[in-house]
Amino acid sequence: MAETLLDIRNLHIEATVYPAGEPAKDIVIVDDVSLILEKGKVLGLIGESGAGKSTIGLSSMAYGRGSIRLSGEVFLNGREILSSGSRGLRKLRGKEVTYVSQSAAASFNPAKRLMEQIVEAALEHGVASKAEAEKRAVQLFRELSLPNPETIGNRYPHQVSGGQLQRAMTVMALVPEPDLIVFDEPTTALDVTTQIDVLAAIKKAIQKTGVAALYITHDLAVVAQVSDEIMVLRNGAKVERNTAENIINSPQEDYTKALVSVRSIDHKEKKPSKNPVLVARGISAAYGNKVQVLKNISVEVHPGQTLAVVGESGSGKSTLARVLTGLLPPFEGTVTFAGRTLSRALPQRTKEDLRQIQMIYQMADTAMNPRQTVETIIGRPLGFYFGLQGKKRRERVLELLDEIEMGEGFLDRYPAELSGGQKQRVCIARALAAKPKLIICDEVTSALDPLVADGILKLLLRLQRSEDVAYLFITHDLATVKAIADSIAVMYQGSLVRYGSKSDVLAPPFDDYTDLLLSSVPEMRIGWLEEVLQNRKMESAGN
Amino acid sequence: MSSILKLVSQRLALGLLLLLACSVLIFVGTQILPGDVAQSILGQSATPTALANLREELGLNDPAYVRYFSWLGGVLTGDLGTALSNGQEINAQIGLRLGNTLFLAFWAAVVAVPLAILLGLIAVRYRNRWPDKLISGLTLASMSLPEFFIGYVLIFFFAVKWRWFPSVATVYDSMSLWEKLNAIALPVTVLVLVVLAHMMRMTRAAILNVMQSAYIETAELKGLSAFNVIFRHAFPNAIAPIVNVVMLNLAYLVVGVVVVEVIFVYPGMGQYLVDHVSKRDVPVVQACGLIFAAVYIGLNLIADVVAIVTNPRLRHPK
Repeated sequence: MAETLLDIRNLHIEATVYPAGEPAKDIVIVDDVSLILEKGKVLGLIGESGAGKSTIGLSSMAYGRGSIRLSGEVFLNGREILSSGSRGLRKLRGKEVTYVSQSAAASFNPAKRLMEQIVEAALEHGVASKAEAEKRAVQLFRELSLPNPETIGNRYPHQVSGGQLQRAMTVMALVPEPDLIVFDEPTTALDVTTQIDVLAAIKKAIQKTGVAALYITHDLAVVAQVSDEIMVLRNGAKVERNTAENIINSPQEDYTKALVSVRSIDHKEKKPSKNPVLVARGISAAYGNKVQVLKNISVEVHPGQTLAVVGESGSGKSTLARVLTGLLPPFEGTVTFAGRTLSRALPQRTKEDLRQIQMIYQMADTAMNPRQTVETIIGRPLGFYFGLQGKKRRERVLELLDEIEMGEGFLDRYPAELSGGQKQRVCIARALAAKPKLIICDEVTSALDPLVADGILKLLLRLQRSEDVAYLFITHDLATVKAIADSIAVMYQGSLVRYGSKSDVLAPPFDDYTDLLLSSVPEMRIGWLEEVLQNRKMESAGN
Repeated sequence: MSSILKLVSQRLALGLLLLLACSVLIFVGTQILPGDVAQSILGQSATPTALANLREELGLNDPAYVRYFSWLGGVLTGDLGTALSNGQEINAQIGLRLGNTLFLAFWAAVVAVPLAILLGLIAVRYRNRWPDKLISGLTLASMSLPEFFIGYVLIFFFAVKWRWFPSVATVYDSMSLWEKLNAIALPVTVLVLVVLAHMMRMTRAAILNVMQSAYIETAELKGLSAFNVIFRHAFPNAIAPIVNVVMLNLAYLVVGVVVVEVIFVYPGMGQYLVDHVSKRDVPVVQACGLIFAAVYIGLNLIADVVAIVTNPRLRHPK
């Protein structure tokens, strides 16, 4: 039996919340969770948002965000730490346990050079001299394949890319030579092609240094690559814990099974029609007449079908949506809708043109007026385009609510009173209310938990069949693409690198970029990461 | 670096333009003031002919724009003109007075700025606990009381009852520095009490705002002490707003000391201005107004430049 490093017993975490207009109340965030982590092992904590995984991770440093109250016992290296007082905790944080956060870009102090921040903990705790710590950092930069390892430490956070910062933060966690590192969604904010490098770097770092880790994520396929064991959490309680292999290959609990089989939507590709609803020809666009972000893009969307536009951040996918809707007039190319050429700029388009193309956004939160009720939000296009008022409008709103599988009870709710998935459903209903022929969906499932995202995709497919609406579906997530697309456009640095029916685009032979993109999507099997890194033809842009 | 130089020189140019606009406003403002300097010089016994002659002599009959440009031309060549009431060169007078005002403002700032920032840091360290509440309460109370009230209360206790400091803060060239400091102790105290709260509250707010950032959590999870987290990680990112409010208050120390100077009979700009407003001595009022405007704009300019220079994104472009 290996030596125990972290022993959490009956952890119970509560917080006081202050809902608007109601008395303050206590909510339970984590309920009676126990876990043991041995030295040098990696335990994956997985669950949806609100499952309490980050809170449990931080409890291993006896740290609680906001007004959180921890009770139970947490033993680290045999000492109980919840009761050890702020002086004792200071000696342990940054020395025995370190932390890698989701957003390294926000977690580095913008006013200080990277190196100063990376060696700070080691100096504070007297683990190493400044020269030793810096030498160790440079060595780690090199091992995690950061460019210019000798000099990158002299840079400020805004001078390096997101993927590099995430690796620099891993270096920061490793420099004090801790016994345990808490990785809190370290790759969630990154593009798939960057994620794979960071993931590989983290795995290498763990293997080389023999440090133990808690790896927190909502993506089972990612955690399966780095963990020895996985613990599945839901609503602050443990669902099941097993070796990574057993969780992936033979999950016991229904919830785990659902997580493993997520994104298994079966969608048969439809043949393109003769009369596409939308044709974009030779679109080139630029912001401020300087930076060209779209280069000669030509795509078609067919009635009742889905064109998926894929690419990483900065590839120009969202800019394409802005051009099609008229928000950004292109300097070259035309947009034809149902056989008619549309005006390039929004102000010149007729109300009818506007009605025909609707949009759904990634952040449902910011796409709705927080001071309007669901009825007002969905009713607005009904009044604006069709002049529906009063009772008729309410009836139509109810019909739409029914279509998005939400009931009458939601009419008077405000956006803040809805869950993430419900908010996105309301946005879908608002788009449908205009009875458009085309809906542009811009990363509509990216901010949602996998199971919720699944529900939204199924809803969109069902609505497509019943309303005969076409989608232009912008995403960076290839699993989503496989699930819903009829045709696919792959974009890279503003150009179209591959375009055609789903079966053509996803069949070899691939161009280098599509190959990189496809191979970077984490697959739910052990050993996937090593395989991909061996077979790659092209370096990802994050380097 | 070139982008920084460009930004800074833009600010400088804007500042000069603003100062020019101020000179127009000051000139127009003094023109619509009621009263007549010839009348106030000659007093009750003035005959209409004497008044007309004096007006002609003082150049009061020229059109306004002619007088504006001749005034502006004088200012640009470093000549603020002559006081109408006593015929003295304004330059020499103002040089002396401005020196005194800056002396007072300097010592008030030397005490108030570090004290405000230190109190702000302490308030953040113990936020929502008693040291924070005590500091906030006391500084707010001292800011809320009018300056003349604090001034007279201090004079009553420190000058009249206990006789520690003089009630009249007159300074001469022949006094030693220590004697001068002793003389201005009370007005400096009043000024410190007036500006302290504003700076301290802004320091507190600026640092608390930064304390919400993810990098503060990172610093805490490195095991740094609370004071190091605030001083090393929060403070550098809060410098720009703090410098802004410090500069606003420094400007107030120079421009807003009129009441304090009058209470303590201190021979500074404020008293000079008040004296000559009552004498309808327009050139002196104009000169004082222009110098106050220049100080105000200059200090805010410095705040802008500091904000630009302390921004790492501008200092170290990609």
